[in-house]
Amino acid sequence: MTFLLTGCGNEDLSALKPQGPVAEEQLFLMKLCLGVMIFVFLVVMVIYVYVLLRYRKRKGQNIIPEQVEGNHVLEIVWTVIPIVLLLIIAVPTVSITFNLAKDYRGHEDALHVKVTAHQYWWEFEYPELGIRTAQELVIPAGKFIAFDVISADVNHSFWIPTLGGKIDANAGISNTFYLKADQANQLLQGRCAELCGASHALMDFKVKTLSEADFSAWVAKMKAPPAAVPAAAQRGEQIFKDNCLACHAVSAQGLSVGPNLAGFASRSTIAGILDYTDENLRKWLEDPQKEKPGNKMMIQKLSNDQIDELVKYLNTLK
Amino acid sequence: MAHSHAVKRYSGIMDWLTTVDHKKIGILYLAAGALFFILGGLEAILIRVQLLYPDQELFVGDTFNQLLTMHGTTMIFLAAMPLVFGFMNAVVPLQIGARDVAFPFVNALGFWLFFLGGLLLNLSWFLGGAPDAGWTAYPPLAGSQFSGRGVDFYVLGLQISGIGTLIGAINFLVTIINMRAPGMSFMRMPLFTWTSFITSTLILFAFPALTVGLVELMFDRIFGGAFFDVAKGGNVVLWQHLFWIFGHPEVYILVLPAFGIISEVVSTFSKKRLFGYSSMVFATVLIGFLAFMTWVHHMFTVGLGPIANAIFSVATMAIAIPTGVKIFNWLFTMWGGQIQFTTANLWAVGFIPSFVIGGMTGVMLAAPPADFQYHDTYFVVGHFHYVIVGGVVFGLFAGAYYWWPKMFGRLLNETLGKWHFWTFFIGFHLTFFPQHFLGLMGMPRRVFTYLPNQGLDEGNFVSTIGAFLMGVGTVIFLINIVVSVSKKYAASADPWDGRTLEWSIPSPAPEYNFAQTPLVRGLDALWKEKMAGNKGMTPAEPLGPIHMPSPSILPLIMSIGLFIAGFGFMYHQYVLCIIGIGITFVCMLLRSVFDDHGWHIEKEELEKKGAEA
Repeated sequence: MTFLLTGCGNEDLSALKPQGPVAEEQLFLMKLCLGVMIFVFLVVMVIYVYVLLRYRKRKGQNIIPEQVEGNHVLEIVWTVIPIVLLLIIAVPTVSITFNLAKDYRGHEDALHVKVTAHQYWWEFEYPELGIRTAQELVIPAGKFIAFDVISADVNHSFWIPTLGGKIDANAGISNTFYLKADQANQLLQGRCAELCGASHALMDFKVKTLSEADFSAWVAKMKAPPAAVPAAAQRGEQIFKDNCLACHAVSAQGLSVGPNLAGFASRSTIAGILDYTDENLRKWLEDPQKEKPGNKMMIQKLSNDQIDELVKYLNTLK
Repeated sequence: MAHSHAVKRYSGIMDWLTTVDHKKIGILYLAAGALFFILGGLEAILIRVQLLYPDQELFVGDTFNQLLTMHGTTMIFLAAMPLVFGFMNAVVPLQIGARDVAFPFVNALGFWLFFLGGLLLNLSWFLGGAPDAGWTAYPPLAGSQFSGRGVDFYVLGLQISGIGTLIGAINFLVTIINMRAPGMSFMRMPLFTWTSFITSTLILFAFPALTVGLVELMFDRIFGGAFFDVAKGGNVVLWQHLFWIFGHPEVYILVLPAFGIISEVVSTFSKKRLFGYSSMVFATVLIGFLAFMTWVHHMFTVGLGPIANAIFSVATMAIAIPTGVKIFNWLFTMWGGQIQFTTANLWAVGFIPSFVIGGMTGVMLAAPPADFQYHDTYFVVGHFHYVIVGGVVFGLFAGAYYWWPKMFGRLLNETLGKWHFWTFFIGFHLTFFPQHFLGLMGMPRRVFTYLPNQGLDEGNFVSTIGAFLMGVGTVIFLINIVVSVSKKYAASADPWDGRTLEWSIPSPAPEYNFAQTPLVRGLDALWKEKMAGNKGMTPAEPLGPIHMPSPSILPLIMSIGLFIAGFGFMYHQYVLCIIGIGITFVCMLLRSVFDDHGWHIEKEELEKKGAEA
């Protein structure tokens, strides 16, 4: 059974394929509980199968079976043994519960990230670095990431299965927890785990792990003033300014109502769900409601030509 | 003393609308529960069809959310609850040797309130869309800012049916405390009666929490209140506490009577008294008590901190102990017996491993750090369906096959019954076992689709096939019912060689239940008489006229009043509210000012029936 468990699911999504210490600790606890439970199940099943085979009614059985009231020794045995088994589970459970509740904010070896959940996208802010981004969380491997998680509208739940369990993003109440990734250069999947409306199923995000050096380079790039827009994309930039800029900032320092688009073209997905290709970007810009029902993007109907120009511009937001 | 009153005895449809007979009310509960069970089952099938393959677009977004919300709400409040109440009504008074429940009028009122509340909730499909915030209806999503009128139907429908449930439970508490036959001490009560008693106690304490939550949500939605509105200083976690203070005991409200049924069935079909009766009773009481100490395990990821999480974690694990005691007691009831595999007993025997798996995953979920991974994923969906279907529904099916002759005077067909069992049992495991793995592999619950090639395709496919098989099983059961009902009364008083009082009277039970109140001389009262070589129970009183409660249409009209008021609140038509509540109050006044002395069944009539039987 435990063998079976370790072979399950995708490297970037399955809680059974941990990529960090928190998920590993949780998987240890899962296996411990499962092991104890399977032991109990086997004991029950052995008695069960024996009883059903041995004591089924046979032909010509007319003597009434002995009417047993009970048996104190047996009853004490099956009360005490479960108590012992539960203690075996309970002690590490309580200890890990407290371990995982540590607050790493302000810790020298930790990165502080503020997560704000929206219907149906994720905003990531690095308060100490002065960077805001969305949909793709970039983190350095080997460092504790101390999260503040809150929601801007309804309740959501922030979950990166391979790095560790989830924490709710509640409206009006901020939660703190931490995760840590072991390896750099991974692209892991994140999910919203609390029913949050029409597109709850599509409220995905990605987690990109970088080495310490790559992460510093990423930070520097996000903080650098925006590069000059190439001439070919300047019409697209104007269309963007007329139609999109009111909600979407393109600088990592800018506040925005919708997802911040700084570094948009470097992300692996559009809106957290579509692979980043020109074709998908066009599809999204044509009808975002079709791709993610109930989302709040209010885009005017653009002509095909305008969309082409806009795609050119968005592709420059590296 | 024995004077009869002129009382109108209705027939046909009016008989059912005015009945205060616990046996008929039991049948009404079962019929309504079955109707909603089919409805909720169809919703489940639609959910599974959408998830058959990745990236399907049959029911997406809000439509899917309406389906999953109505599936959960219907199955818990409108199917499982009334089915449990149906059996309590049909069986408990017979098991304690009573002629009816303590308050027959209130009993009818409880049913009609439940039914009209359920009707109100389901009318939402035709009046602008069903609720779509999940059966747990967490604000802010369930607030008026983020969801439509559907949630108003949820709030008012559940409020009305909840009142019905609450008064029903109070009725059973009073009945079991006061109306036991001579000699039927508490420690001689059959296990089903015991579990009904504890369940009623749980309802008494748990439903008020739901009522308060629903009132607050109603004020927020309809009158612009601020209980859960963060912008006005409200707190969204408050709802979660109130909901789960109700919601966790609700699981035990449903499963304890199922435990009771299993205890009766296993004991009868092993031809042995229940092993460790007093520890069974104690375990039931303990589970009922602990049920109120564990609600936070539904909220481990809310962020209440390690201290709260650790305390509730250990409290939750503790429930495994009395539950384990029950499992072993059932096994040892069968040990040394002569097990007959009737359909009723097949369900009971199938229940044991299924429920043990549900209990095991329950203990796993009780560990907060691991729960952070399981929570709100398909693992949890798998877990609670093992408890609610593998536990409650299997128990209810066992009860249906077991008590059917007592309720309807005919047996269900055993061959069809076995087909029903095997299709449903296999379908059940195919549906829900893979879901545990889907959850661990990263599939959150309540999602309308998933992406291909993420290791989730096969599990979902198998799960949907299983759901269809469960559907086939249910259809076979319906055929079985039709076949049975189309036959003549044929069941004997005691077709299973029963042990408890309900098998000492004819099938179906006469309207006065016991011509003479029986004298109870021990646990398994009828079995004790059989072993002593007696033909039946020893009467505790001479044959005499039996006092019966009068039928009344008032419970139905009172419920219609609240039904109308519910619409008034939803559409802000306060005149309608006043009219609706007015109707209810006028009925209450009528009930209060006109004394109803009931009527008597005369000795002669009883003797005539006795001679016929």
